[in-house]
Amino acid sequence: MFNVFFQVVNKELKGAFRSQSDILNPVWFFIIVVTLFPLGIGTDPALLARIAPGVIWVAALLAALLSFERLFKDDFIDGSLEQLMLMPHSLAWLVSAKVFAHWLLTGLPILFVSPLLAIFLAMDINTYSALFLTLLIGTPILSLLGAIGVALTVGLRKGGILLSLIMLPLSIPILIFSTLAIDAAAYGQSYLGLLALLGAMLVGAITLAPFAIAASLRVSVS
Amino acid sequence: MLHCEKLTCVREDRILFKDLDFTIKPGEIVQVEGPNGVGKTSLFRLIVGLSIPYAGNVNWQGTSILNDRENYYQNLLYLGHKTGIKPELTAFENLQFFQKLQPSHPGIDLWQVLAKVGLAGYEDVVTAQLSAGQQRRVALARLWLNDCLLWVLDEPFTAIDKSGVKVLEQLFIEHAQQGGIVLLTTHQDLSIDKQLLTKITLQKIEDDFYV
Repeated sequence: MFNVFFQVVNKELKGAFRSQSDILNPVWFFIIVVTLFPLGIGTDPALLARIAPGVIWVAALLAALLSFERLFKDDFIDGSLEQLMLMPHSLAWLVSAKVFAHWLLTGLPILFVSPLLAIFLAMDINTYSALFLTLLIGTPILSLLGAIGVALTVGLRKGGILLSLIMLPLSIPILIFSTLAIDAAAYGQSYLGLLALLGAMLVGAITLAPFAIAASLRVSVS
Repeated sequence: MLHCEKLTCVREDRILFKDLDFTIKPGEIVQVEGPNGVGKTSLFRLIVGLSIPYAGNVNWQGTSILNDRENYYQNLLYLGHKTGIKPELTAFENLQFFQKLQPSHPGIDLWQVLAKVGLAGYEDVVTAQLSAGQQRRVALARLWLNDCLLWVLDEPFTAIDKSGVKVLEQLFIEHAQQGGIVLLTTHQDLSIDKQLLTKITLQKIEDDFYV
């Protein structure tokens, strides 16, 4: 069973490394959006530090949105999605592997570049560690929620806008709790409770989202 | 044994076919024929469980396929119009993925399988760079690889040359003789012995409006 999971992840990663622009573009987008803010509103460190959590999280959300298209769309076009649905394994398990690979390719790079952006936005180390933790817990939730949206819209010709309309409202709770946690850290308060809430959301998403994704795919592909 | 029971397919408010009943036993090669747009691909998608029938049932060994997908898919190999081959992976990597995820003959050598479908020397070429016929051959190589009873093949001969078609026909006959089932559509004339080959002909219905 874990071998199946590993095989799917392996195939996704191999494919992605052959077409590198797919992985790099969302990360570039993320960096560019964040750097636009100091240019647009001035470089006052106090102001930047105040808006940094919101800016980084909204940019991460938009970058995630940009990357979702490749999650099922290519597979739908070349027929691999049909074949995946006809495998003698649980579809929910197979799509979990795909979402995990997607997070490795889009969520993880965002975590890696976040220290750079923290410096751009004059964050102190305490605030940054809170940001890192919320991104670590929050980006997998985004991948899972986004995958439901992609699964619902994969059969449509112009699903992109619809995907953002489904996906962005659903991600509001993550945004609220993450920025609250980072704000709390900035004021030197404890933010463990907020992280625990995010963690609960992650656990909920990991357990329930694969079934929703699988069911949505069955509807979309028919 | 595959049994379709009063199968009705509705597409865009039109009835493509209704009350379709047939049973296919092990050792049979069945060719579904009919003009374009009559519902051959839709029928196959119902049979493999990619679409849900408007009415009726598809049964495999007596149980509805929708109730026990994983067991059914242990026995099923479906090749559709889309090949299901990843263009950014090589022929070898594509086959390797299917070999590991689907029930396959133990100890089979992928290099030999690729040589059999005429892709010797192309194993490490990214499939996006292969011709349409070669890409289809990569998909068809799965027929040698796997261990499934039921083959559902939608237009398997598209873009395949004459000698390739002969090899495939021979493979279908061998599969049927070993107790397998081959269900296919094609517009070409098959040179398979009449005793082995059964035909299902779909016809356009006159009053095809859905009420």
